[in-house]
Amino acid sequence: MSHLLTNYYEAASVILFGIGFMNLLLQNNLIKKFIGLNIMDTATYLFLAAKGYVFGRVAPILTNGIIDKDYYINPIPAGLVLTGIVVSVSVTAFSLALVLRLYKHYNSLNMDEILRMMREEEGE
Amino acid sequence: MEHHLNLVHNIPFFSIFFAMFCGIITPLIKNGRTARRLHGFMVLLIGALSVVLLVNVTQNGEAFTFMMGHFPAPWGNELRVGPLEALLAVLVSVVMFLTITGGSDIIFKEIVPEKQNLYFIMLNATFGAMLAMTYTNDIFTGYVFIEILTIASCTLILAKGTKQSIVGTTHYLVFGCMGSGLFLLGVCILYGITGHLLFPQIKEGVAALMATGDYHFALMIVVSLMFVGLGIKSALFPFHSALPTAYGSTMTTSSGILSGLVLKAYVILAIKLTFEVFTVQTLVELKIADVMFVLGVLGMVMGSVYAVRESRMKRMLAYSSVAQIGYIFMGIGLGSVAGMLAACFHVFAHAVTKSMLFVCCGAFIEDAGGKEQLENLKGAAHRNPLAGIGFTVGALSMIGVPLFAGFISKLYFAMAAVEMTGPRLVLVLAALAISMILNAMYFLPSVIAIWTRPKEDGEGASKRAQISSTFALAMVLFIVVNLVLGIGYRPFIDVMKLGIELIQMTL
Repeated sequence: MSHLLTNYYEAASVILFGIGFMNLLLQNNLIKKFIGLNIMDTATYLFLAAKGYVFGRVAPILTNGIIDKDYYINPIPAGLVLTGIVVSVSVTAFSLALVLRLYKHYNSLNMDEILRMMREEEGE
Repeated sequence: MEHHLNLVHNIPFFSIFFAMFCGIITPLIKNGRTARRLHGFMVLLIGALSVVLLVNVTQNGEAFTFMMGHFPAPWGNELRVGPLEALLAVLVSVVMFLTITGGSDIIFKEIVPEKQNLYFIMLNATFGAMLAMTYTNDIFTGYVFIEILTIASCTLILAKGTKQSIVGTTHYLVFGCMGSGLFLLGVCILYGITGHLLFPQIKEGVAALMATGDYHFALMIVVSLMFVGLGIKSALFPFHSALPTAYGSTMTTSSGILSGLVLKAYVILAIKLTFEVFTVQTLVELKIADVMFVLGVLGMVMGSVYAVRESRMKRMLAYSSVAQIGYIFMGIGLGSVAGMLAACFHVFAHAVTKSMLFVCCGAFIEDAGGKEQLENLKGAAHRNPLAGIGFTVGALSMIGVPLFAGFISKLYFAMAAVEMTGPRLVLVLAALAISMILNAMYFLPSVIAIWTRPKEDGEGASKRAQISSTFALAMVLFIVVNLVLGIGYRPFIDVMKLGIELIQMTL
């Protein structure tokens, strides 16, 4: 329990991840489904950002001539977050484009309903 | 593992770069046929270079790392190449080339002309991402290419442009996103507890953690997240539900690539992680190997049970893929080198067989005017005898008849099982036997159906279809490759053994 309190950022991000994951899995509304995907991805960025920041240190940009590794933070987690954001933006854009086309064809955002309509059409 | 100037060592980087570069310049080519030629040239060139690489690393018995950029090991990004990776690159190139050659008629028929070149962008991206996942030595690079492969493979499903294919793509994308999300969280936590992203450094970290017992629970979570993520992406049994909708709704060429290669790319990453990051022993200690074993065995049986109940050929082949992925995960889950060897060989056997089956199935459906129910495909082999022979060879290989590739992998699975004792031995042998019978139960009726002459109800019923030269070439080569894997399998097994040994040595 005390671990959870000291690592509250990580705990929060894992809880957020769970919320996002369950939304992606269980939501029937496609827009909500992909919002779930975004919550899930953002949660991992919170995790990485929290892991990457060390209290009292600064970003590794040499401005006042201090060459001491204990003065700076590790920039790699921030780099990973940036890469991850690029990936999740493109996945979201792609998925929303798909949802748009689905809506045009089926006039619905409900995945179950769409699957039912598809089966009915195939059954004909 | 020293860095020296050797032109051969540049091949892996060049392969990934060239595939991606071709993807980038393809939008400038408006004509689909030219785009296809560029794609074919690229795959052939990379395939030939990979053969050179394979011969080189096998003769020297070496594995090397290639530094990307100019930062040395703990900081920079790396590729790692050994005999196993080189052999996988050759496999990916061969199967890609043959599937696209055999299925090109379908591509040009089913995609509207102004979008044909776009299909080849995605094929090039898929190819590049699969090569990158085979070669990478960095876990985050692995994640990024998983996402690239997800989007690229979704667009391959979408290419047909029908309503059904959009639904199939959405379904596939949702599952893909869940898999990569779990994998990403696993990567983040692993980075948090080891502080590294390169495989060898993580391996050291994991070994130290296992020795001291620190972060035992976190490590277990990490391993489960990553392997469940990869399991979802490679359609391991309980996570397979997107596969039949997706494959059933798209072109057979796309299905062949997706089932033969894309699913395998995730499996390859799982095998790489097993050896290069966690070690087999860690997986066994954390009980993840047991989970994979059980899911694999269940998948072997359940995938085939679903396939038996299916009357549409594409969906039947999709369920059959679920069963075959079960074989591979069972092999990984055995937790022995022999099991891993069998899993590796099955990756090869299934890749060459399933993509051939899909290409043949595409030809049948094409001749039957787009109908894919088994009863509509009666006599299909008489309309297109070459596709009929190809389908028969593929079916026999999947069932596990000697002389064909599928038999050898089943033989090695059985040999790996004999090393085990107790319930695992019984389970593997029983699962192999049951799934073999089930395989025969759904493949033999379809083989008999396509060779049965339909009663003359119309004039066009048994008319010969035009067999294009590209299809004939691809089909003959597919059959030859299958027989080579089934009869002359020794050299392949030797290279895989050497590759696995070299991977295990690196620390």
